[in-house]
Amino acid sequence: MANGVMTQTQHIPYLAQKGLKSWILTTDHKRIGILYLVTISFFFMIAGLAALGMRYELMTPELDFFRTATEYNVAFTLHGSLMVFFFIVPGIAASFGNFLIPLMIGARDVAFPRINLLSFWIYLVGTAILLSALAQPADTGWTFYTPYSIQTGTKVIMITLGVFVLGFSSILTGMNFIVTIHKLRAPGMTWSRLPLFIWASYATAILQLLATPVVGITLLLLIAERAFDIGFFDPAKGGDPILFQNFFWFYSHPAVYIMVIPAFGIISEIIPVFARKPIFGYKAIAYSSFAIAIISFFVWLHHMFVSGISETAAAIFSFLTMLVAIPTAVKVFNWTATLYKGSIDFHSSMLYALSFIVLFTVGGLTGVYLGALAVDVHLHDTYFIVAHMHYVMIGGTVMGFFGALHFWYQKWFGKVFDELTAKVAWFLIFVGFNVTFFPQFFMGFQGMPRRYATYPEEYISYHSLSTYGSWILGLGILIMTVNLLIPLWKKGRPESSNPYGSLSLEWQVPSPPPHENFDEIPTVTDWTYSYGKNRSEANAKK
Amino acid sequence: MSSTVEHAESHAHGHGLGDAVTHNAAKFGMWLFLGTEILLFGGLFAAYALFRAKFPDLFYDSHKKLDVTLGAVNTIVLIFSSFTMALAVSASQKRNRKWLMILLSVTFICGAAFGVNKYFEYSAKFHHNIFPDTNIFFALYFMMTGLHMLHVFVGMGIIFALIIMAKQGRFKEGNRYTPVEVGGLYWHLVDLIWIYLFPLLYLIG
Repeated sequence: MANGVMTQTQHIPYLAQKGLKSWILTTDHKRIGILYLVTISFFFMIAGLAALGMRYELMTPELDFFRTATEYNVAFTLHGSLMVFFFIVPGIAASFGNFLIPLMIGARDVAFPRINLLSFWIYLVGTAILLSALAQPADTGWTFYTPYSIQTGTKVIMITLGVFVLGFSSILTGMNFIVTIHKLRAPGMTWSRLPLFIWASYATAILQLLATPVVGITLLLLIAERAFDIGFFDPAKGGDPILFQNFFWFYSHPAVYIMVIPAFGIISEIIPVFARKPIFGYKAIAYSSFAIAIISFFVWLHHMFVSGISETAAAIFSFLTMLVAIPTAVKVFNWTATLYKGSIDFHSSMLYALSFIVLFTVGGLTGVYLGALAVDVHLHDTYFIVAHMHYVMIGGTVMGFFGALHFWYQKWFGKVFDELTAKVAWFLIFVGFNVTFFPQFFMGFQGMPRRYATYPEEYISYHSLSTYGSWILGLGILIMTVNLLIPLWKKGRPESSNPYGSLSLEWQVPSPPPHENFDEIPTVTDWTYSYGKNRSEANAKK
Repeated sequence: MSSTVEHAESHAHGHGLGDAVTHNAAKFGMWLFLGTEILLFGGLFAAYALFRAKFPDLFYDSHKKLDVTLGAVNTIVLIFSSFTMALAVSASQKRNRKWLMILLSVTFICGAAFGVNKYFEYSAKFHHNIFPDTNIFFALYFMMTGLHMLHVFVGMGIIFALIIMAKQGRFKEGNRYTPVEVGGLYWHLVDLIWIYLFPLLYLIG
């Protein structure tokens, strides 16, 4: 290598080293990605089980599965806070972000590998604090709204402290990724050649940096409120409970985009590969992530239209909310245009990507609907919101996450899963998801409020249908998980290091990649999406 | 290999990153982190603005119970420590180990002096039965200065680590002074936040 000749050096895969120490002390971005992947998947399963429990309770109008309504409240608090803070916020950004960013930009690792490991440890400390609170978990819902979160007898401090600690992890990861993308791009990897997943990760990292500290201080104030009785959110002391909502949503609305923008990036990577066409509107997709990131900081009041705010503010925020739909629609149109006249290969990851487009569009459009003031007053705190939010979070982020799992599986683990089983699992997930959540639009519209363990007789058909759906969805996820886990214990490696003919850098290294990714840092001469050009060349040769 | 990629000789041939890249990356990373720190305090500043507009009299009456002299002394101590920190960065760039260690130690002592001062201030408040739950002003006072104090301690920890590293001779060669510069950035932020806290809490007109 020293004389510049490519020698066939032994590619020692990054997974070669065994033992606990090689994992908990690793600074390899690919291994840290796996650590995150395992942890977030664990919390996804726990939170998913809580959801199945809630759905089982809602099968009948009476309280029968849980012993008390408080137990049901604890279940939805656990479901919400675990899913949001422990799975979906760190989710794609920390797992696939860690694995892909250095590989995609042609770097050996992130800018600060040790801080990267520190982020993971901090994340673990946060989860440990949270798990210690499970003996007497909070029943406030994942939003911890005051004044209830100050008055309830359940352990709010531990769960908020856990989330507060996670914030540090999120900030350090975001900082690491921004610096990595700025400073470590391979020669020739200009901004206009960057893969769109990188653009999406960059926009996400900015949101993480700007929004997380605000939720950090909010949770700190809530802890101080409970521990020292400071009265910021207590009207009896001159405080303001609405201030908590303002602080909370100033973070938590941008956080919605921390959850979904990485999935946008994934879809932008999967679709051109399996449509064999260059991505349509590269710049529009890249910049729209930033437009979404910026606007997302100015829409938080739309969570508070019925909290007693001024009509002028409400009208302005209603307008701004609808404005977010424009850059989001730009993406959807560009993905659809990429598919147009493409030669589409329905690989399992492509099926997830296509379902993303459909389901996310439903989620996004119902969001515009909810942004309209009068409609929101009717639908606030009903199952319509629950359905809308799950169409964005599952239909959007989780579909993107599953798609990414199937797309980069061979690269990440150097194994091959069974494609037919993956397709069956996808089908069950797609059907189960819609059966679970589509009826919730209707019952929400008819007035079924969220967060109740019991309900009037008239909603029983919607609720039981939704519960059956949750079983199909759960079965689909179970089959998918088993299908992805089995190959890990089997021998055998992928036949090709680039089975889908991707032009992106991560596919040009062996599967699994060697320890420092590249023998030599590559020089990039073209953008990542020249699929059409290659096809016409291939056709010409024929 | 794909057509988009050709393996050529590149600058980043070795497996480590160049000194200049590491230096710039570390500074950039710290600046981003400082941005998040400002936003963390930003929440408190927003609460301050809201409650002061709501209760101007309460703020005026309560602030009189704070000790302006002690606050002013602490302000001078911190500004002086920022000055010595800046000189320490300069000393590290000139690879002057002796002065680097002296200046870092002075900065550390200033931080400690600030803490001692704050300890007396807090105990005087507690002695007069003033606690975070006394009223909104003191809730803000204790939250803001308490969170700031925590940052002073973290900064002192960083400076202590830098003194040890300097003693081991870690900043002798090349551009290895990056940690001093990055630690200095953090210390200046601690100073800067206090410069806002002092007039907002002690000097209400």
